[in-house]
Amino acid sequence: MSIKLTIMDQMAQVAREHGKTLAPLNDDLALLDSGLDSLGIAVLVARLEDRLGVDPFTASEEVQFPVTVGDFVKAYENGAR
Amino acid sequence: MVRAEPPSLRHHINNAPADRFFFDRAARVGVAALVAGTSLGDRLAELSGRSVLIATTSQLTSALAILELDGVARRLTILPPDVDRGHLPALIADAEIDAVVIDGEQSAEFANLAAVVACTPNLVPVAQRPPDRFPTEWILLTSGTTGVPKMVVHSLAGLSTAIAFQAETEPVVWGTFYDIRRYGGLQILLRAVMGGASLVLSSAGEPAADHLVRLGRHGVTHLSGTPSHWRRALMSPSISQISPRYVRLSGEIADQPILDALRAAFPRASIGHAYASTEAGVGFAVNDGLAGFPAAYLDGVSNGVQMKVVNGSLRIRSPGNASRYAGSRGATLIDGDGFVDTGDMVERRGDRCFFVGRKGGIINIGGLKVHPEEVEAVINRHPQVHMSLVRPKRSPFTGAIVIADVVLKSPCKRAEDESGVKDDILKLCRGALPRHKVPVAISFVPVLAVAATGKLARRG
Repeated sequence: MSIKLTIMDQMAQVAREHGKTLAPLNDDLALLDSGLDSLGIAVLVARLEDRLGVDPFTASEEVQFPVTVGDFVKAYENGAR
Repeated sequence: MVRAEPPSLRHHINNAPADRFFFDRAARVGVAALVAGTSLGDRLAELSGRSVLIATTSQLTSALAILELDGVARRLTILPPDVDRGHLPALIADAEIDAVVIDGEQSAEFANLAAVVACTPNLVPVAQRPPDRFPTEWILLTSGTTGVPKMVVHSLAGLSTAIAFQAETEPVVWGTFYDIRRYGGLQILLRAVMGGASLVLSSAGEPAADHLVRLGRHGVTHLSGTPSHWRRALMSPSISQISPRYVRLSGEIADQPILDALRAAFPRASIGHAYASTEAGVGFAVNDGLAGFPAAYLDGVSNGVQMKVVNGSLRIRSPGNASRYAGSRGATLIDGDGFVDTGDMVERRGDRCFFVGRKGGIINIGGLKVHPEEVEAVINRHPQVHMSLVRPKRSPFTGAIVIADVVLKSPCKRAEDESGVKDDILKLCRGALPRHKVPVAISFVPVLAVAATGKLARRG
């Protein structure tokens, strides 16, 4: 599964567990408008660390806070390179 | 000898310029209009000398009532919005509350009080303002995890000890992500009132992005919130709407990544993180852009504040300390040497001290507290679990998340069995705990360290 698909899959999974409805996702959508709140995103990042073996948001001291879904996916795609 | 008491809070607005306002989403109140106007209709006099609970739904009406009642009421108890209403009878009894200020429907909990007074941002001329008679006692509530919140007694003089005035060349517009009915937010209300500034408050239920847009529209210059609030703001596209010249963090540990991210977002702003607690008051502010605080702070006395570390926990003696807990439930607030134990654990590395968590291992998830023991108790209900240890894992989004190490009674033979047991444990947790307490990851470990005390070794 591609990185992007894994992320989408896990977003849906976390939303389900937290009783949230996921908005139709696109790269320009603000991450916090996706249906996941800060806690949901923190959980998502921990799950993805398990699946993808990387956490781009704690790996370096320099944190770029992702604003859009596209930013979020890009952080993983860059991290995997 | 009679000790001179500082003037009441209202005294500070006597010379407020006409262009200073308190804003929320729905209303705007001119600060100067509060000199001749009242938010309490014609009933202000009824509250004179009473122990008043401020229980409004909006921050704006709470701010107005606080401003009008300091010096007038004998005691002001400020009710934060998220307190379980079931605790009201205990709070009313412990603070000897005999009057309440509300801004919505009258509710049954207040039926026996002598006065129930409505507060509104639509001011009316005040016929005759009751004279200041009291150094009013202020009661703030702690954000406990379980049980009735503790009621912490302060004075206006103590609450304002850390507020220093700088000459500002341009008008100041304060904003706060932090509710003014909690210690950290109240500091911002007091800074705005005493410094002659405007103040932008959020409304109940207002989305964070909308609040940011309004902060931008009102030209916020000074903005305060917890690291969690700031992380959330930095993830909002509306962050581009604001350009504060002072950015303040308090209420949680400010780590280096959040300080750096704020520096990158607001290159010209002065960025400071303050340490304060409801019981200990403001300890210090750090303005060098680095996490932690200089170890030298532990040596001397600065602004009347003295600090020391006892068994890893920070203790503070300061004129900003609360005086005591109201009612009978509270323990002793000040130790024999006059220090308040904050319960915040500090570790010294070189010439810098860092906060490493809470005494007793309480985990802070974006402002919500978790006792590891309550999560462990749920995990331990699973028939295959021998013991478990719940601990925090760092998260840039919520400060921390909860993870668990679990020792099984007998190891699983196959990987499928292992993931089945994990799912079972998580199901158990989801059924019994709010979602911020559910472990994000479970690891099976062969053994957990037990300290000499016979308790699980929680740190190190």
